[in-house]
Amino acid sequence: MVRTLGWLTAVGLLVGLVMAFGVAPREVTQGNVQRIMYVHVPLILASYVAFGVLALASIVYLVRRDAAADRVAHASGEVGVLFVGLGIATGSIWGKPTWGTWWTWDARLTSVAILFVMYLGYLLLRGSIDDPERAARYSAVLGIVAALDIPLVHFSVYWWRTLHQPPSLMKPGGFTGSTSILWPLLVNLLAFMLLYAYFVARRVRVLRAEAEAAA
Amino acid sequence: MSWARRALAVAWKDLAVERRSKETLNALVFFSLLLLFVFQFTLGSDRERLAAVLPGVLWLGFVLSALLALGRTFLVEREHDCWEGLLLAPGDKSAIYLGKLVGNLALMLLVETLVLALFIVFFDIDLGRAMPGLLVVMLLGTLGLAAVGTLFAAMTANVRARELLFPVLLLPVQVPVLLATVKATEGLLLGEPLAAVAHWVKLLVAADTVYVIVSLLTFDVVLEG
Repeated sequence: MVRTLGWLTAVGLLVGLVMAFGVAPREVTQGNVQRIMYVHVPLILASYVAFGVLALASIVYLVRRDAAADRVAHASGEVGVLFVGLGIATGSIWGKPTWGTWWTWDARLTSVAILFVMYLGYLLLRGSIDDPERAARYSAVLGIVAALDIPLVHFSVYWWRTLHQPPSLMKPGGFTGSTSILWPLLVNLLAFMLLYAYFVARRVRVLRAEAEAAA
Repeated sequence: MSWARRALAVAWKDLAVERRSKETLNALVFFSLLLLFVFQFTLGSDRERLAAVLPGVLWLGFVLSALLALGRTFLVEREHDCWEGLLLAPGDKSAIYLGKLVGNLALMLLVETLVLALFIVFFDIDLGRAMPGLLVVMLLGTLGLAAVGTLFAAMTANVRARELLFPVLLLPVQVPVLLATVKATEGLLLGEPLAAVAHWVKLLVAADTVYVIVSLLTFDVVLEG
């Protein structure tokens, strides 16, 4: 089943790539650089999904004390941090030619950066505890605190300052851009969600094998 | 004993230990004094520049002393082998959290008041009308710091590289509190009324509520073993 998921992901990413370069139109002002959006946006959105899954799995772990839930949280944390890191990197590469800078302390950049360090801390905490049961408990608590902190971070950073273009996909009134952009974006979005699921499935398997080997 | 009485007992114990030993307090007061030197040396004596960065520097001082103070929350029990005693306390462990939180809050507010007084004297600041508003922001900000700090201190008490991990976990989570307190303090020091920074105060209240409730609910899990 994981294998099928892997193949689906590969096909999705390939179709996404073809659509991003072949189907999607060349942006009028930014030129080809804008095509990085088809990677940048899916990465960030998938990382939000990852952190959401992490929070849910953390709650499930605390309620049912099921090691499987903890492994899902652990894997989601790792993939989420990877995706957010890549999202920041692709954003930087996109920002240099269009905004003229690699990095700026704009509201949304800042809140994503905070998310990145927050979940890096989560992985650090996990790595510093030897007892797997305690690591699971503490990580679950941190996962819940971090998830509840996300809206607070967003509000505070938004009020603090707000250069980034407003969200184009999920905003009040729905998507108003051209559908020639929408479809390549949606396909890539789906492909990256599949990639997330595939990575998590693989990682959970490795974590289970590690736990069994240690027991 | 009722839940509130048990919480009070823990707070009372911590404050009594601190009053007699002054272990943390002495070092913290000295540390805050040193911070003033550091700020003076690094920022120079340009008064205008100092006034511009004052809200940030003030909260930097509060946060640095909070990191030191809060990180030690459960070390009293660790160092004197009373950890098991704490764990054996009957009933819901969230009472222990509340007690520790109250103790921490008292200690930090004491140190912060002192830092503020030192700032007023050494940097010759006129707080004037900003004082009541500033006290509200200090109280709310410190509660937010202490609420998460107390929870994380319990988590990092038994962990490798505890001194490093504690700030690394606490600082990102505390970004909303930091931004809100610094921005509110900035407004107040510019002579704005508390109402002008009400959105920041509301954010602090929301953050404090979330932090305290989630900590009370999860503390049992942290102290399990």
